[in-house]
Amino acid sequence: MRADLSPIWISLATSLTATAITFVVGIAAAAWRERRSGPMFALVDGIFLLPLVLPPTVVGFLLLLLLGRNGPFGRILLKLGTTIVFSWPATVIAAAVVSFPLMYVTARAALSQVDPELMNAARTLGASEWRSFHRVALPLAAPGILAGTILSFARAFGEFGATLTLAGDIPGRTETIPLVIYFAVESNEMSRAIFWSLIDVGISLALLFALYYWTHVQSSASARVGPAG
Amino acid sequence: MSLEVHIEKRLQSYPLAVEFAAGAKPLAILGPSGAGKTMTLRCIAGLVEPDRGRIILNDRVLFDSEKKINVPSRERRIGLLFQNYALFSHMTVSENIAFGLDRVAPNERAGKVRRQLDALHLAGLESRLPRELSGGEQQRVALARALAIEPDALLLDEPLSALDTHLRSQVEHQLLSTLSAFNGSSLVVTHNIEEAYRLGTEMLVLTKGRIAAFGPKEDVFRRPPTLDVARLTGCKNFSRASVISDGMIETVDWRCRLRVSQPITRSVAHAGIRAHQIDFLESNDGRANDENTFPCWLMEASETPFRITLYLKLHSAPQPGEQPQLQAEVFKEKWQRFKDRPFPWHVRLDPDAVFLLPD
Repeated sequence: MRADLSPIWISLATSLTATAITFVVGIAAAAWRERRSGPMFALVDGIFLLPLVLPPTVVGFLLLLLLGRNGPFGRILLKLGTTIVFSWPATVIAAAVVSFPLMYVTARAALSQVDPELMNAARTLGASEWRSFHRVALPLAAPGILAGTILSFARAFGEFGATLTLAGDIPGRTETIPLVIYFAVESNEMSRAIFWSLIDVGISLALLFALYYWTHVQSSASARVGPAG
Repeated sequence: MSLEVHIEKRLQSYPLAVEFAAGAKPLAILGPSGAGKTMTLRCIAGLVEPDRGRIILNDRVLFDSEKKINVPSRERRIGLLFQNYALFSHMTVSENIAFGLDRVAPNERAGKVRRQLDALHLAGLESRLPRELSGGEQQRVALARALAIEPDALLLDEPLSALDTHLRSQVEHQLLSTLSAFNGSSLVVTHNIEEAYRLGTEMLVLTKGRIAAFGPKEDVFRRPPTLDVARLTGCKNFSRASVISDGMIETVDWRCRLRVSQPITRSVAHAGIRAHQIDFLESNDGRANDENTFPCWLMEASETPFRITLYLKLHSAPQPGEQPQLQAEVFKEKWQRFKDRPFPWHVRLDPDAVFLLPD
């Protein structure tokens, strides 16, 4: 059995980076969308939610078309002297794109629960849109946003199809735990598959336990926080 | 100091079109729900953009549709007390009050918060969260937060409606002293007649998006310009009427001639008198045949703790199926003095109390 533990670090680095990106972009998209209404924006919602509905291989393939050598973004990258497919950033992009809808949906639900009158109050008190958002809306939506972050991380950590399509399986570079397990099973290395499966279960449980524990401590320490009445 | 408002805004129900100016005296805006009161405040505060018009606060143009000026809410320096107070539930009392002071130097900020805490009797509650406060305290925090930014105008949206009845008079008292200490224009929106009268010096009556009356509150109550305003300001008794000669009218529904002291300048369609201004003769001392005095019979009575409302039929004993013609309101002490007297009682409709309404 190979003692190469690099899939652990690749998986963690990928899902953490992807979650960080999803966190910022997802909240920004939710905040942007929350202030708009109209039938056209239903289409926007559809596009944002697409990665959740499409098979991950399709998401990976579409990303490959966009980012590959002949794709619109791929060509720009090529001009800048770089490529992104079949590299570590590709694993991050794949994980971020498939986990984005979860962050977007939960953040929007959380933000829409914040009384718009509170934002109006902040405005009359001289607050800029940014200040009223990050000092009022965001803290009040925090529990929902935290839930969205956990879901996104879980989704990114378990990502397989889009990663394989866009980033390939390059040991030491793009080989995450799910890929290791898949190819171990493929080549009938059962003990290796079991070993990595157990590691995956262990890491997932530990992280979810830590997150929920932290959330629980947070919410009981700040049980006083939250919408009044 | 002055606040000039001219707003036109299309709403779902009817267009809002108001034009008025407020000076240093508190202006009460009275009207039924949905008359456009809150919308008016929101336009002034910059939370809603009017379709047309102009808003000028102390020579500062906040909105001008022709010149395409629309100063954002955050730069208007207008304190708005929201109907539900809109306190930040995740911040303490002090943090709420300090929210608008982020551009004030930190050492000055503490002093400003302190002053508001003291002025509104919130000392000791600094580190409480809004949900840990009573309704009256929440209102004072919201008021302190609005006043902390030292606004040029103060707008109060139904300031007492969220409070229990027993708290109201106390909070109202506090509100009155805050309003009188406030150095700027202040507007109080309410649908409660008595609140409007006590909190405002000037009064504006709004119905269906339009101004129905505007002026010193005493004038609006004593001589309401229209039937709507008379009703909205709590008047219960109306009769169709026509002019006989200067100072004399003939009432159709009350079936009598009345002397009135209001000069007759326009065509008269109705006469009105407020329920508490109907006077009862306590003894038959020969005044029963005086001017504006009529025999009456009691048809129905309804009691509140201190007053009684009497539904009366004038001139003759009521027949089955007849409606009362007048509704009078008297203190129970007075009622005790005449309630056992035999019918007919006698009421006097004071010529000063009767007001006339045009078509």
